[in-house]
Amino acid sequence: MRSKKLLQKNKELEEIIEDERAALFRSGKMKWGSKAACGFHRIEINDLSVKSGNTVILDKISLSIYCGKLTVVIGKNGAGKSTFIKSILGERSYSGSIVFRDIKNNTVSRLKVGYVPQKLDIEPNMPLSVYDMAAGYISRVPVFLRKDKKLYDRIKARLEMFDAGDLIDKRVCDLSGGELQRVLLTIACTPVPNLLLLDEPVSGIDRNGRELFYKILADLKKSYDLSVILVSHDLDLMAQYADDVLLVDRSVIARGTPEEVMASEAFKKTFMVNGAKE
Amino acid sequence: MGIFDYDFMKNAFVAILLIAPLFGIMGTMVVNNRMAFFSDALGHSAFTGLALGILLGISDKDVSMVIFAIVFALLLNYIKHKNVASADTVISVFSSLSVAVGLALLSRNGNFSKYSVMLVGDILNVTVSDIVKLVIALAVTIVVWLFCYNGLSGIGINKSIAKSKGIPVILYENIFACLVAVVVMLTVRMAGILIINALLILPAAAARNISGNAREYHLYSCIGSVFSGITGLVLSFYLDAAAGPMIAIVAAILFFVTFAAREIGRK
Repeated sequence: MRSKKLLQKNKELEEIIEDERAALFRSGKMKWGSKAACGFHRIEINDLSVKSGNTVILDKISLSIYCGKLTVVIGKNGAGKSTFIKSILGERSYSGSIVFRDIKNNTVSRLKVGYVPQKLDIEPNMPLSVYDMAAGYISRVPVFLRKDKKLYDRIKARLEMFDAGDLIDKRVCDLSGGELQRVLLTIACTPVPNLLLLDEPVSGIDRNGRELFYKILADLKKSYDLSVILVSHDLDLMAQYADDVLLVDRSVIARGTPEEVMASEAFKKTFMVNGAKE
Repeated sequence: MGIFDYDFMKNAFVAILLIAPLFGIMGTMVVNNRMAFFSDALGHSAFTGLALGILLGISDKDVSMVIFAIVFALLLNYIKHKNVASADTVISVFSSLSVAVGLALLSRNGNFSKYSVMLVGDILNVTVSDIVKLVIALAVTIVVWLFCYNGLSGIGINKSIAKSKGIPVILYENIFACLVAVVVMLTVRMAGILIINALLILPAAAARNISGNAREYHLYSCIGSVFSGITGLVLSFYLDAAAGPMIAIVAAILFFVTFAAREIGRK
């Protein structure tokens, strides 16, 4: 009972610290890169396999991912990238294990995941503002009843960290692809998760928007104690920003720095058709 | 004699004042989470609930209808989550089966005409116990909204995000499905099987045309629902037509008016 109370208190304190950071950031007193990842958190994936009937979708994937790293997952369509993400999210049943470990004192805790999907199920003309969506996911104040001033300021401060502060009163259905992605990133990072999972949209975002998104991710992993896994469809940006690349085709068929993976036979086989990049 | 000199009109008026905001609130989520077909199917299942009530000799038919609808809703959700067919196919299967069973049971011995009033509804036969049930339903809905609205809305936007934020997706979906089931069953005798979904969907659909956020959406949906409820009831009295269809017509006009307002506003 007492420990539960302490945990709750701890959570509240963490939230206050995060809010203070957001406020400092907003006032210009703090810039990205103020708090680096500790490097002591590790997500361990052991023998992760997913089957659908008799078809093997993912076959015994084992890997460790450290905080502070941007891991990019690439692969052709149907290679199991989305299934990999869904398994970590707990939406697909799998065999094997996913453990979140603090290697400094070897303790295991529950993995907090933030997720940015490829797209939303939102129709045109949906009466849902960015505030409504964000408040709905991160608070218990019923959004249909009132706009909570404190919560509004808090969400605005968070949005500003991701270049999206002026979007708070816009309708979600009116956002551009890049704007929506930054709003979703804000929601995924409030509160800050241990692991940020991102499924990059295949289309709908121009080159500049994509680049801005990668820059924000690079800043984010420098400033917060988290790991990032990104499913990407842009090999050039991936090469520029990734720390660690996984080439997936049912299992991990190549892994390493972007240069290493791009030089591998598996990469050439997957993405080169008659010597040209697909 | 004036409209309120009749006791049955007074009761009908009170019932409308309870049903309208109830539908106004609930319709917003039914539309947002793409459950219009689901609520329609639930309405149709009223036949089976009624037939089972008669067959089992239950005196209060609301009881058998509500129980059947809850089982119907939960079973439907369960099969939907199995992902064997698209949601609208699963709903169609359930809807057709329950209509068929209901009609088969009610039409035995050529007795169906006795129940045809269920199709168009009859708001003039509202009793005090009906009104008590409506008050409870409205209160329960408001409580569910206060505690579950954010989660339900989050599930409608993206289930995976909802799950990553710790929202119990399946539990919330089941709570909402049961709530819709109860509300539809308690009102279907008054609104009519053929019309009830229009009353649930139209005010929310109209509100969507002119709302920019969740608060406006709820406010306009409730105002539209109450306005069409009262106007439709008064019209039905003077035109001597069933109330449900009159209310639906007013709500549909509201939809087109708000649609036009939006189109003009955008220019």
